Amino acid sequence: MEIIPLGDSALVVRVRDQFEDAPEETLDEVLRILQQLRSAAIPGIIEVASAYTTVAVFFDPIAVSKAFASGTSDDVVDWMAARVRAAVGRRTRDRRSLVGRSRPRIVEIPICYDAEFALDLDRVAERTKLSAGEVIDLHSKAEYRVACIGFVPGFPFLTGLASKLATPRRDTPRKEIPSGSVGIGGAQTGIYPLRSPGGWNLIGRTPFKLFDPTKNPPSLLQAGDRVRFRAITREEFAAFAEATAAKEPLKL
Amino acid sequence: MSLIVERAGFFSSVQDLGRAGFRQFGVSMGGALDSFALRVANLLVGNEDGAAGLEITFGGLQLRFDDERIVAWCGGEFDVQIGSRPLPAGHVARLQAGDELKFGRPQIGCRCWLAVSGGIDVALVLGSRSTDLRGNFGGLDGRAVRDGDILPLGRRPGSSPPATERISSWTAPHDWVSPAKRDPILRFVRGCDWNRFNASTLQRFTSETFSVSPDSDRMGVRLDGPELKPEDDVSLISEAVAPGTIQVPPGGKPILLLQDCQTIGGYPKIAQVITFDLGIAAQLRAGDHVRFSEVSMADAHRLVVERERELDRFRIGLSLHAS
Repeated sequence: MEIIPLGDSALVVRVRDQFEDAPEETLDEVLRILQQLRSAAIPGIIEVASAYTTVAVFFDPIAVSKAFASGTSDDVVDWMAARVRAAVGRRTRDRRSLVGRSRPRIVEIPICYDAEFALDLDRVAERTKLSAGEVIDLHSKAEYRVACIGFVPGFPFLTGLASKLATPRRDTPRKEIPSGSVGIGGAQTGIYPLRSPGGWNLIGRTPFKLFDPTKNPPSLLQAGDRVRFRAITREEFAAFAEATAAKEPLKL
Repeated sequence: MSLIVERAGFFSSVQDLGRAGFRQFGVSMGGALDSFALRVANLLVGNEDGAAGLEITFGGLQLRFDDERIVAWCGGEFDVQIGSRPLPAGHVARLQAGDELKFGRPQIGCRCWLAVSGGIDVALVLGSRSTDLRGNFGGLDGRAVRDGDILPLGRRPGSSPPATERISSWTAPHDWVSPAKRDPILRFVRGCDWNRFNASTLQRFTSETFSVSPDSDRMGVRLDGPELKPEDDVSLISEAVAPGTIQVPPGGKPILLLQDCQTIGGYPKIAQVITFDLGIAAQLRAGDHVRFSEVSMADAHRLVVERERELDRFRIGLSLHAS
């Protein structure tokens, strides 16, 4: 583990060097450290956030320097790094309860792979030398895990895409991608929560709202969640979308 | 109880000190690009530090008030008028119902922050009134203000600043209220990936001049100048970025990230502009020249801590005058 400053008001805790060689283990370790830092309540910390192999700690250097007895400010980073190390190194007395608490949620997300939404399905099929049906099958039957949320609010970076489905990004990104679009970008898959530009290959769309700023948490998915996709028809998509608009309870 | 936008001008949005606590969900910090300037303006009108104000870009904005309010602004060199009387940066004005406030084009810099006593009282979204322009939430319907918008104002604070005149003759320190500089030097500490760049690239970064590309916004300032390619070509695993991060995409043209930047990124981070200088970075406009100079982490912290002490002293002085 390495702790390096990200400017004068943040630290990055690099937990591991690699992600892909052990994604599950790495994610569990990173999320454990995120949780430990949250519960440590270190003075001056504004927030903590994880991404793949790292946890970032954002702090207010003014509040931190006020927390010093001496009032000097030349060792804010050392002070914070030491507190972070102490919090992360703390042994958990009850291992079982920690495991119990951190068991990932399973979230099922319906996806319609209809041609209307799957603008790049043929491109993906061609690149991967699979049929369109095989692409849909491989994509919808795998189990994924949310490595982190980023890029835009609520955007899940998912691990677990079948390696056969890896497809390079489009040479020219689209200026506007509708919200809910499901894409493949390189070896990753994800869902665009908001209308935004993007270069991933679009293979479907979910009627679910992945980001809602009126809710807390605002994101449907969280880092660590297990995600399953379920292929739905164009009619089911329309029914879901209507139900969401009417704010009726949804049934999967 | 409201502020009428007669002309929206180039680009203005409601901003406070930002939206902390939601980076884990991909939500940017956002908020005023120069949070210190907004805090000073709020202090001058008797508001809490975190009251929402207007971030005004390139002027052209004209506002009308429908009740009595105290206003002050800080930022770039703008020509601001109440009717036909000039209101210089950092001076406090008492406006009457029907008064108009006009922001002209800036001579230096491109943004300023207007505080109105009572603050702009749009709804809190995820703990902040800031406009998230990418997520389209917060502020006024998640967008920039338009002609004809009506911005709700909060209740005027009980304590008012010591301005008996219509426009105060006193002001706050010049550096606080007019931070914009022509062709500034921004101070930085080394970035997370500093060591991925070779000595001659680092030399170019710290000695040459960069110019600001027109393709810049609240997310970041794109810079043209010498190419800054990292030594190795490894693709990095995405990790946190923050306002002040200078990242270098494969083309070698650096981007200085500002408050609306993404929460994570995968480009190498060569440097990090210090918090103290982010207010100066917020003033960069297309064609401006900028250079970078390294400082120690201790200096970066000393600067913000000392400025905060001075702000505390100024606040006490102001409250003694008012009582």
